[in-house]
Formats: sequence, C-alpha cells, structure tokens
Amino acid sequence: MQIIATIQRDYRDYLSETEIAEIEHEASCLETREAAGIDALKIVQAHRGWISDESLAAIAQLLGISTAQLEGVATFYNLIYRQPVGHYVIHICDSIGCHLSGYDEVLASIKNHLAIDYGQTTEDGMFTLLSNVCLGACDKAPVMKIGQQDYPHLTAENVVIILDELLNNALANTLADSLPDSLPRNSAEQELDHD
Amino acid sequence: MTEATLKPLTYLVNTAKPLAIDDYIHAGGYQGAAKALHQCTPAQVLDIVKDSSLKGRGGAGFPTGVKWSFVPMFAADDPKAPDNKYLVCNADEMEPGTFKDRLLLEGVPHQLIEAMIIAAYTIGANKAFIFLRGEYHLAAKRLQQAIDEAYQSNWLGSNIQSSNYQLDLHVHTSAGRYICGEETALINALEGKRANPRAKPPFPQVAGLFGKPTIVNNVETLSNLPHILKHGVDWFKQVAPESDAGTKIYGACGRVNTPGLWELPMGATIREVLYEHAGGMKDGLKLKGLLPGGASTDFLLPEHLDTPMDYDSIAKAGSRLGTGGLIVLDDHNCPVAMVLNLLKFFAQESCGWCTPCRDGTPWAVEILSRIEHGQGRLADLDSLAQLCDFMWIGKTHCALAPGAVEPLKSALKYFHDEFEQHIDNGCCPYKGSH
Ligand SMILES: Cc1cc2nc3c(=O)[nH]c(=O)nc-3n(C[C@H](O)[C@H](O)[C@H](O)COP(=O)(O)O)c2cc1C
Ligand code: SF4
Ligand code: FES
Repeated sequence: MQIIATIQRDYRDYLSETEIAEIEHEASCLETREAAGIDALKIVQAHRGWISDESLAAIAQLLGISTAQLEGVATFYNLIYRQPVGHYVIHICDSIGCHLSGYDEVLASIKNHLAIDYGQTTEDGMFTLLSNVCLGACDKAPVMKIGQQDYPHLTAENVVIILDELLNNALANTLADSLPDSLPRNSAEQELDHD
Repeated sequence: MTEATLKPLTYLVNTAKPLAIDDYIHAGGYQGAAKALHQCTPAQVLDIVKDSSLKGRGGAGFPTGVKWSFVPMFAADDPKAPDNKYLVCNADEMEPGTFKDRLLLEGVPHQLIEAMIIAAYTIGANKAFIFLRGEYHLAAKRLQQAIDEAYQSNWLGSNIQSSNYQLDLHVHTSAGRYICGEETALINALEGKRANPRAKPPFPQVAGLFGKPTIVNNVETLSNLPHILKHGVDWFKQVAPESDAGTKIYGACGRVNTPGLWELPMGATIREVLYEHAGGMKDGLKLKGLLPGGASTDFLLPEHLDTPMDYDSIAKAGSRLGTGGLIVLDDHNCPVAMVLNLLKFFAQESCGWCTPCRDGTPWAVEILSRIEHGQGRLADLDSLAQLCDFMWIGKTHCALAPGAVEPLKSALKYFHDEFEQHIDNGCCPYKGSH
C-alpha cells in the first residue's frame, strides 16, 4: 500500500496559474466545487501527463475536498493516470467488435514490436500500452486510439509502421525544440488534425 | 417523402464538416425548437411527445413522454418549486458494438442542441448537461463550437428567441468507465463522485442531479424531438406504421462486408440490415449468430433473420433491441471465446457495489477461460447457469449484471454443443480456423 503524503504545501506553490484558472473556470460553471474534481484531474493531467500524489493533494486543497475522496475518484476512472505514462499512450480496443476482427494479432504485434505488456512503458519513455473498452469505431475494427487520434483498420503489419512513424515524429520534435526542460508530455492535448 | 422525412436524424449529417448554425437554420433547423417555444406550452409539448410514442434509444426502450411526466411541475410563483431542474443528455456510448450516437454528435451537433432546448423547456429545466465519453474528442470539440454559436445566436442563454425561456448548456467530458452510462451512476459522475449507481427510489425524475428533478435521455432519443415537433405526430407514426414509431439508426460490426450505420424505418428486419446494408458475411464465412443490440443483449441465430428490429419483435425472439447495433458472429470465430471476451468486459466494468455482480462476473470469466483453454469440466456448465440466476434482474442495483447474463445464458442455450466440444476435446476446436 502506498501512503499519500498528507503534509502539504499551499496548492498555489504547486499548480500553475494556468491550471488554477482552468480549474476555477470549470468550477464556476458547476453547482459545487466537488463536481469539478474530474475536470480538474483531466486539466492537470493534460499539463503534466499524469496525476502524481502532489498533484492530487494540490487539487483536493484547491477544491476544498479531502485528498482521500479525490483519490477515490481518480482511481475509479480509467482515463486518469495515477502513474507516469509514456509520451504516447496507446489505448487499444479489446472489446467484442475488435476481438472478432483480428485484435489478437494486432496486440501481439504491438507487444512484440515494443517489447512491453499491458500497463508497461517502453524503456525510452515513448510508449505506454493500455487496453480500452469499445472505442465506438467498431465498423473500422480493429482500432486503437493514441492522443486524440483513432487508428482504424489495424493489421499486425500496419500497426508497426504507425508506431515507427510516431516515434520518428517525436524524435524530430525533441530535436527541434531541444529546450533543457522540455519534459516529454503525453500526446493527449495534441490538436486534432481533422477539422 | 423526402430525405428530411425518410432519414430525419441523419440527412443533415456531415462527418467531415458539420453544418454551422446559419447553414443548419437554412436547412430547416431550429424550426422544431421555435415551434415548441413560441406555439406550445410545456404541457402541450409533453402531450405531443407522449402521443408520438417515442421510446428511449439508450437501450431500455422506455417511453420518453411517460418518463418526462414523472417530473414535478410547478407554477412560476409556487414556493415549493425547486430552484432548478436538469436535463442530461447521455452521450456516454460505451456499449461494445455501438457507435451510432457518435455519428449524430460529430455529424450534426446543432440537432442535439435544438433537441435539448425542446426537452429542457418541456420539463422546466434551465440548465442542461451533455455527458460525453472521454474518448470522443472530436465530438467534444464540435459540440463546444456549436454551443458557442448557439449562444451567439441566442438559441442558448437567457430569453431564447424572445421566448422568456432560459437555458444554459454545459458539456462534461467523462474520464472513462462503462458504468457512467447508467443514468444514476452518470449523475454521481456529474457531481464529481465515483460513478456507482444509486439505489432507487427516489428516481432521478424526482431527485437526481444535486438532488433536483432530472431527466436523462440518450442522444438518439433526443435527436428525434425537433422532427416530431416540425413534422407532427402522425408523420412520426407513419414512418413505420407496422412497428414502433419513427426511424432507428441500426449498425453492424464483425466480419461482414460493409460494417456501418444506417437510419431505417423502425422494424427493419435483421436480414435487411445484415444483407442489404452490411453486405452480408465476408467471403468464406457463414453467419453463426448475432447480438442484436450491443454486448448486453441475448444471442439470436440465423433462424431469427426475419425478425423485425423493434422492441416487441426482438423481445419475442428472446432478446432485446438494445442499441440496435448488430454484433455478428461468423463460423470461424469461437462462440465460447466471444462470450469470454464479453464477460471480461462486464467483470472489468462492474462498479463493485453488489456482490453478485462484483464476484459473479469474474467467476464466470474464470470458468469460461478454463473451458476455452481446454481445462473445462461438464459441471462448469451448471455453475455458469447458476451464476446466470445469481446475477439476474432484481438481485443487483443496476442492469449491468443482467446485461452480462443475457449473452452468457443465451450462448449456453444456443451453443451448448460447442461448449461440450471444448470440454470433451480438451481444446478449442476453432483454434487456427481464422
Ligand atoms: C451499465 C449501463 C450502461 C449504460 N450506458 C448507456 C449509454 O452509454 N448511453 C445511453 O444512452 N444509455 C445507457 N444506459 C441506459 C441508461 O441508464 C438510461 O436508461 C438511458 O440513458 C435513458 O435514456 P433513454 O430513455 O433516452 O433511452 C446504460 C445502462 C446501464 C445499466
Ligand atoms: S450490478 Fe454491478 S455495476 Fe450495477 S451497481 Fe451492482 S455492482 Fe455496480
Ligand atoms: S469493439 Fe472495438 S471499437 Fe467497438
């Protein structure tokens, strides 16, 4: 069992002004501050990639709810990451439409190519592999989602090409803005290239 | 009939670029809401919706007008009136094999906003939420854009189109978990809590979100409202005179030639959806069975192909219309492996509140995976049947557990030989047959 530190700093020393402003905006649209808890977790995760114990305590303090209560919420929902994740988080659909259409082969290919299992992150910190329930794209099965992008009609072969391309993009971007503090953020807030 | 009256829900869908508000209005949009706000009292709209016999498209098929009529109504100056009521659109869509709401959310967001104005006005709600599953990023972006446009054009906000009616609309993007789609769990999620369902009564219509009267309706259900208002109850019933009123967005997935979605008059047969629209089975494959409306419906067989896909007919055939999305099992996929996949889903997504569901679903997974891997015993089939009883309606707080039973129980009935074969042979007879 992990114990979350209860002695805490002032949340303003921890959360950025942008994070606080975004959370306060959500809270202002809602009846109670507690109701903004899930939004707040998603906001901080979008900025930092995951929810650390410190983030959890700071958000709880900002919203005036107990850390334990917020932890209960954070661990209930599967899109809140309570552990660090890679630059790209692969959410592959393991539900029935994909199962019937070749999910097993695609999954085996991903695991083999990245040498990780479900719940693990590659050594270079680039990819985390997670399962997801039906992504609502069953007509294009098998499907995975990375960031905001669906990757439809996967095969054992094309999924490897997709992952390699993403890796190359990330490496090119790291070279482009090689600021010393450019921590790899996850791709969750990458803009959609649809619209 | 024109496209607008044959395929009212989808004729304006544009998944590449949904209509902006001016174009939507130009195409006839917001006329249903205008009619409700300017020509009807809330009680009159309620009567129209009741008369239309619109049934909920979220899975349970409950008559929408009847559900709304449980919301307490008060005169404006009544001191007992609650300070607010809420309308919530259920856009959680996490039922495996279901992707119809996504089409409406991404393809014609203003239709949903118009629909929510009509529904909220009828029940006297001044605030509404769209509860959107977290993975639907594109839908979130397009809905927000449409909502912003609606505020700018005074279709949301105060004194909408000089009607004296006010409505604020907020999108909540979820953070995952299938159980959030259950309406009382959804309400807990909106309150920032863990999404366990609530014990009923009280029903949300009386005490729901933040303790206030609340209506939760599915995206597709709501999307019918502008058209019912605009074209009238007679038209709506006439769309499918032999069946339940209106159209239905049917879907198909699995190894069929052209998986997808089609809006058809309610009561299209399974055969029509599967063979005329989904193009039949892929080369070399035969139809073995199907789930007619998502993961939590009972299997049907090829002998049921001529069943109309409406609530009563599918129920008579022994299943449920559910969400109307066919999940098609072919003869090269193992039925035991299919049921195992489904039960794994339910076990993982169980919220853990009720013992039969929390312990029963993983137990079923354990037994099924034993059978699938050739380690099963004949007595396992009795244990599975017993689990189906333990998890049936009335023994749990919500319908997730009975929903898990439906495919399991029907598979035990229809695919009994395949189960026994796994046990007798000590292996899965389908291995290597993909
Ligand atoms: C486990 C579970 C998940 C559900 N998920 C959804 C969902 O994603 N979308 C939906 O509209 N209804 C879902 N429902 C049904 C809702 O509880 C509710 O009946 C529905 O939103 C009512 O809307 P309707 O009357 O318009 O159909 C779910 C029910 C259960 C038990
Ligand atoms: S039936 Fe299952 S999902 Fe529904 S309340 Fe009980 S434990 Fe939770
Ligand atoms: S089952 Fe995989 S997207 Fe629906």
